Amino acid sequence: MQNVLDIRNLKKKFEDHQAVNGVNFQVEEGKFFSILGPSGCGKTTLLRMIAGFLEPSSGNILINNKEMVGISPNKRPVNLVFQNLALFPMMNVQENVAFGLKRQNVDKKEIEKRVKSMLERVHLEDYLNHNVQELSGGQKQRVAIARSLVLSPSILLLDEPLGALDLKLREEMKIELKKLQNEIGTTFIYITHDQSEALVMSDKVAVMNKGQLEQIDTPQNLYANPKTSFVAGFVGETNKFQAFKENEESVITKEGIKFLSIFIDKDIKKDCTLFVRPEAIALFPKDNEKDMNYFDLKVKTILFDGSNTKILATFLENNHEIMVSLPQNREFAHIQKNDVVKAGVHIEDCKCYKA
Amino acid sequence: MKKHITLAFLIFFIPVFLWLFLLIILPQIDLFFMSLKVENDVGDMVWSFNNYNEFFQEKIYWLTFLRTALYSILVTFLTFVVTFPIAFYITKIISPKYKGFLTILLLMPFWVSELVRVYGWMILLRESGVINYYLMQFGLIDKPIQMLYNDVSMIMGLVYTSMLFMIVPLISALDGMDDSYIEAALDLGASKFVIFFKIIIPYAAPGIVSGSIVVFMLTLGNYLTPNLLGGKNSLWFTEQIYNQFIASFNWNQGAAFGFLLLILSSLIIWIGLKISKQNLSKALS
Repeated sequence: MQNVLDIRNLKKKFEDHQAVNGVNFQVEEGKFFSILGPSGCGKTTLLRMIAGFLEPSSGNILINNKEMVGISPNKRPVNLVFQNLALFPMMNVQENVAFGLKRQNVDKKEIEKRVKSMLERVHLEDYLNHNVQELSGGQKQRVAIARSLVLSPSILLLDEPLGALDLKLREEMKIELKKLQNEIGTTFIYITHDQSEALVMSDKVAVMNKGQLEQIDTPQNLYANPKTSFVAGFVGETNKFQAFKENEESVITKEGIKFLSIFIDKDIKKDCTLFVRPEAIALFPKDNEKDMNYFDLKVKTILFDGSNTKILATFLENNHEIMVSLPQNREFAHIQKNDVVKAGVHIEDCKCYKA
Repeated sequence: MKKHITLAFLIFFIPVFLWLFLLIILPQIDLFFMSLKVENDVGDMVWSFNNYNEFFQEKIYWLTFLRTALYSILVTFLTFVVTFPIAFYITKIISPKYKGFLTILLLMPFWVSELVRVYGWMILLRESGVINYYLMQFGLIDKPIQMLYNDVSMIMGLVYTSMLFMIVPLISALDGMDDSYIEAALDLGASKFVIFFKIIIPYAAPGIVSGSIVVFMLTLGNYLTPNLLGGKNSLWFTEQIYNQFIASFNWNQGAAFGFLLLILSSLIIWIGLKISKQNLSKALS
């Protein structure tokens, strides 16, 4: 597959801070690529540099192997769906979607045809003459996406476009966006701080922190094999412990609990951080298995959330808290507050990183 | 409860009503009747359209009228051209922390009365004025040029006097505009020219229209500035009205002129609103 976007050692420095600090990545054509990071990590700056609203301090942006630095946004083959959508309030749906085509001096009949077929794609063909203010949040969203996609850009950039929607609608739009991208085949670059959006929709996710990319991987790999302590802590829910290395295959947490564990960062001397996912912890495991950590937990409270229910428990020896997933298959329905349960976790699921 | 509302309503409504009725409507009705009366040969007042006929027959009257209307439109347009970049600069380009300061700088001259400001211009422009003095000092001219009492100085003075009333609605209109509209248009391939005419102007249209209405009406009805900066050549229609009331003491003729001016300004504003597809209450809210 050809790379549609190639970012090379991109840097952006604002007056007093380095927003983007040496970013390298490639995006293959037709992929759904997400950049995931906490607010202030520089992901919006990165996106605005790709769109052309900001000039990088150094580095290269290649789109279809053409250098884009120095080319103004209206001449780049990318389109951006804005966080607040930025639909033109003085135009109706049809005029909004036709805006870009008119700028390319496309024939009037052709514009009409393409706008109509684009709006059919996003199921808004009946709203052609509606004012954009009359639309619901989800509909506005789709107009904004249609307005950009109708220009058949090489890359569609999306800047947290689902942020303003309520939860239910957001879940629906996630699936719809993914389907739309599959149908159309345009490369999407999606910026978000919401890991579930990134994991659900993307072919590949780049996790960004403090202006640098920590890991670029498939959602599955990102979740199963985080390469850095930041990724381990940021993607998915996890239990985090400050610990000391005891020997090559075990650590002791600050609270004094011993974990058999694997070391992802090889050069750990003493201090380290241990991550254990809630769903990796088995309740009432088989006894005396090899490479298993066993402990007794006291249930403090049950955090019911349908299929995502967890228990918040503490170790019997001390009061340190740990989160354990609770499968909703009635097997564990008897567990109550203040029960003491046996729990186990395999060594492979206890990952240690540099502190 | 209902009585309370009625009472509160009356308290607010009565002063407004009295103000409008006693100071505006009543005198206007009186002027209207006055405009329809003329003195006959024996000195009695009789009903007649003569005052209006006079206006159409005497060339100088309706030429002045036309000139005033066209110049007022020109002044409104020039005021917009001058103030728009300033409003755009203040709202979109400089950092927001200087916005208040710059706006105050703009308002400051208007703390001084119009008369004083116009005299300021006269001090600059007259034959023995500041500009002439320095032009002579630097040897650019041999003898002073009269820069006052022509159309250019009059138009300039009118634009200057009107600027505030245009810039305030423009700033508030542009202030409400999210920068992302401009960026989105740029992203969709629009040139700067297209962004200005298809995005910024339509977005600011209510502000432009409300500013234009105020500026147009104030200019059309302005007496002081055309008189002082344009002198006797100014031929501003308000002067004709003044002459009729004060110089000729012909209140009936003056009243007719006054009504013609009222009809003219209403008509032009109505046409302007139709062309710009705005509506009055929306533009002025």
